[in-house]
Amino acid sequence: MATGTTAAPARHALPFPVAMARPAALVERNLRAARHYWLTFVSGFFEPVFYLFAMGVGIGALVGSVDVDGREIPYAVFVAPAMMATSAMNGAVYDSTGNVFYKLKHSKLYRSVLSTPLRPWDIAAGEISWALLRGLIYSAAFLLVAAVAGFVPSWWALLAIPACTLIGLGFAAVGMAATTYMRSWNDMDYVQLAILPMFLFSATFYPLATYPPALQWVVQATPLYHGVDLVRGLMMGDLHVGLLVHVGYLAVFSALGLWATTRRIGTLLLT
Amino acid sequence: MSLIRATGLRKTFGDFVAVDGIDVEVAAGESFGFLGPNGAGKTSTMRMIGATSPVSGGELTVFGMDPASHASQIKARLGVVPQTDALDEELRVRENLLVYGRYFGLTREQVRARTGPLLEFAQLTEKSDAVVESLSGGMKRRLTIARALINEPSLLLLDEPTTGLDPQARHVLWDRLFRLKRDGVTLVLTTHYMDEAEQLCDRLVVMDHGRIVAEGSPRSLIAQHASREVLELRFDVADHAERVEEVAGIAERVEVLADRLLLYVHDGDGALETVAARGVHPLSALVRRASLEDVFLRLTGRSLIE
Ligand SMILES: Nc1ncnc2c1ncn2[C@@H]1O[C@H](COP(=O)(O)OP(=O)(O)OP(=O)(O)O)[C@@H](O)[C@H]1O
Ligand SMILES: [Mg+2]
Repeated sequence: MATGTTAAPARHALPFPVAMARPAALVERNLRAARHYWLTFVSGFFEPVFYLFAMGVGIGALVGSVDVDGREIPYAVFVAPAMMATSAMNGAVYDSTGNVFYKLKHSKLYRSVLSTPLRPWDIAAGEISWALLRGLIYSAAFLLVAAVAGFVPSWWALLAIPACTLIGLGFAAVGMAATTYMRSWNDMDYVQLAILPMFLFSATFYPLATYPPALQWVVQATPLYHGVDLVRGLMMGDLHVGLLVHVGYLAVFSALGLWATTRRIGTLLLT
Repeated sequence: MSLIRATGLRKTFGDFVAVDGIDVEVAAGESFGFLGPNGAGKTSTMRMIGATSPVSGGELTVFGMDPASHASQIKARLGVVPQTDALDEELRVRENLLVYGRYFGLTREQVRARTGPLLEFAQLTEKSDAVVESLSGGMKRRLTIARALINEPSLLLLDEPTTGLDPQARHVLWDRLFRLKRDGVTLVLTTHYMDEAEQLCDRLVVMDHGRIVAEGSPRSLIAQHASREVLELRFDVADHAERVEEVAGIAERVEVLADRLLLYVHDGDGALETVAARGVHPLSALVRRASLEDVFLRLTGRSLIE
């Protein structure tokens, strides 16, 4: 039957397309599975759009405009980037917690995947790539809707799509790492406990300057704040070096999550 | 060439020793079995061979490679049938094979070309678009085996392939495994059924409490550790030990079980006549050939299936 393959070269020597071939097999698996529950897939798009119109149009009518660093900005323009960044976070967390917990504990999917050549790193990379692909479609659709509604003043906004992918990467990686520590579905509540305050207070609905200085530091420490401010800068065409700080923060956040996830999958399943 | 070579192989979980220094060598083309009761360490051993469980001590090579450093390369050439089916329930029957093949880096064309014959082999062609949940236990087992063959492995690891199946389903599976063996696939399986071991294994080891207590072909183990025939006697008593004296001297060895006496003899019918001539009248008597169950009883003092 099968003849022996020669030993593959060391892992760090693999060129990118080959290195991603194994995670891609898991993405393909998820795509096939998703065909059987496509409705959840579609509903993920509507949530941020509903928020955008409820907040931007509804509340915007009451608030009018907000003052950001001395500039008057229509409320919808202010809040649209926040909704886009938040939905990148929510989607990533959704895909990397509940779905992953089910596969880890109930369906034993990863156990059988690990008896093939895929390694823990490939599982982490595959699941997170899947979350990002999904997020990418949502981000692009959201941006289109917001632009058509007239809430996007700058062409730099196109860069908000990769920015949202970076946000998704961070939250999917850290979310998946957190999931490996969960013992039961009840523990999923802790995720909401972390997500909800970030959603409400990361300069999403009003500018950072609204907070007293001490609280501003707390807000600035959270990952979603960096995501929101990055996307807002890009969508309003307000480019400055500070944006690079946000990118750096999110990159480190992502790397930590990926590292922890890979280690934990090995610890849990290769016993 | 030996595909698997283990020397002093150990597996511990904390202070608990699951596999306690075993030596095993499996040659290409062989059918090799681990026979043992619950908790003997069969699954732990299989998982180390499958490179999904790190070795705690001793040495292990699979295809001449170390599982600690070459896990992916080993897995690429292995087929694994775990003790409990872990099929992908979110996918259909055919998709289970398609997707699994992709994990091995096979192209879509390769996977598609292999899926048809494998479904045929597993007698699941009609079920190819069914949801996995709707399959019977035997069908799921066959699908798991078919899935393990998608990468055309040269070594197939089967952890209790027929546990929980009815006799007919077991015979179907045995037939499939025979075909693989004939095609030159090396089979390594665990079981606690002696008939299965006798049917499928060229050579086997008997495991108990993480150790190997005997090794050889089914025939040679029986010849070595049991007699040619066994005379089973049932009496109407609470404790069969009471009747041992009445049959003393007839057999090479007598085992007392909860519900019967086992007399290890060369000639079962002759022994039964002697028993009758002594005026001993059991409720029932049965003469059979000795099996691996008897070997196990001899070696450990316990039955294989509790
Ligand atoms: N992950 C684990 N952590 C702790 N103990 C374990 C673990 N896996 C197995 N064991 C213990 O190791 C021993 C051997 O288990 P193993 O599963 O290898 O036995 P087995 O021969 O396959 O038994 P069975 O016939 O029931 O499948 C058992 O006592 C079991 O409780
Ligand atoms: Mg077992």
